[in-house]
Amino acid sequence: MGRIFYNSLRGVWALVKKDLVDELRTRYAITSMGLFALTTLVMVSFSTGIFALDAGLHASFLWIIIFFSSMSALARSFIKEEEKGTAAALRLSASPEIIFTGKLLYNVLLLLGLLVVVFPLYIFLMNLSPGSNYVLVVAFLVLGSVCLAGATTILAAMVSRAGAKNSLLPVIAFPVLLPVLLTAIRGTSIALAGGNADSVLSELTFLFSYLVIIVTASLLLFSFVWED
Amino acid sequence: MVFLVLKIIIALWMALVTIAAFIYAPPALGLGDLARIIFFHVPLAWVSVLAYLISMIYSIRYLKKGMMIDDRKAALNGEIGLIFTVLATLTGSIFARYTWGMFWNWDPRESSIFVLLLIYCAYFVLRSAVEDETRRARMASVFSIIAFISVPFLVFIIPRVYATLHPDPIISVESGFQMDAKMFQVFMASLVGFTGLYAWIANIVSRISSVTTGMEGEENV
Repeated sequence: MGRIFYNSLRGVWALVKKDLVDELRTRYAITSMGLFALTTLVMVSFSTGIFALDAGLHASFLWIIIFFSSMSALARSFIKEEEKGTAAALRLSASPEIIFTGKLLYNVLLLLGLLVVVFPLYIFLMNLSPGSNYVLVVAFLVLGSVCLAGATTILAAMVSRAGAKNSLLPVIAFPVLLPVLLTAIRGTSIALAGGNADSVLSELTFLFSYLVIIVTASLLLFSFVWED
Repeated sequence: MVFLVLKIIIALWMALVTIAAFIYAPPALGLGDLARIIFFHVPLAWVSVLAYLISMIYSIRYLKKGMMIDDRKAALNGEIGLIFTVLATLTGSIFARYTWGMFWNWDPRESSIFVLLLIYCAYFVLRSAVEDETRRARMASVFSIIAFISVPFLVFIIPRVYATLHPDPIISVESGFQMDAKMFQVFMASLVGFTGLYAWIANIVSRISSVTTGMEGEENV
């Protein structure tokens, strides 16, 4: 039992490492995601920089930027395997559960990388007020992004199997992710307004339970999507 | 024969419900005649969730047994559900216009039904994107289950967390259900009637589909 677990962990790690190395060589996802985020951020800043926005607007802008910049990169995680013709080899070398977990972790890392770029830039360009509860804001950004990656991984695999139509992912991911986005926006806005952990407890629980349920379901269903 | 009798019963039942909704049931306190829309709006909303549930059950069956007919039935129930969802959204927004002053104001309940609508649309977009038949069936089934998981979050949790102007739904534990006896009778009768109507439509559509796919099969031979 322990041995099987250890071997699966090694498999997952090998997959994450492979994707990271591949990404660092091509830098496709990082650059496209980073530039997309930068463009939207600058656009938001250009058009609203002169106004003092309230916390709700800031939270909405942040999550719109995160959602749309992450979509293209998340879709790539499986489409690139189909494009390079490496999907079949991947299918042979590891079980669907390992592949799902590996891709999920890689997507989470990708989104955390996005946050590291977007959030400081957002603070810098949008003059966020110092009265915010930043620990809580970061908690919401991280938890929300992990939820985003958790729900999108299996959908990205589906898109890659649907003839690799890049634009399909936001369309099918949006309704599934809307509970996450609404809750994350609300939580982030309360945290930005300076709320403490007690006032957003229901939002945090909501995001966490959503994450657990959606990842469990994806793990169970992934083999149907991945195998022929 | 049994089906014929059942259909006649459903037709008469729906006619009676419609008449009773306007004549038998008294106008509600405060809302007046506006409240009569609940005899149509709530059953429509109920059927749109029910149709989705049944569609998802067929999807699960497809994944378990791999029979094409289950996937077709899942899609058919989805199509019917989509129509009911559109109608529920429209009736709801008419009610919203005359009680809250706006057709649409992103009340939590409105957001929930809107997402249900989006899920139905995404389901059919996905279906149209995949060309291979078995692959389409698999992708659609998995999507249907994944999307279904997010429905309870929306329909039941978000309106609980956020304040809403919407009148209490039937499934309400804390406040109980307060309705005039006559209204309640018509309301329940309408729920039964609409469910029957849905079963009837599903029956017709699935028969049409099995005839047309049967014909396609013959053409191939």
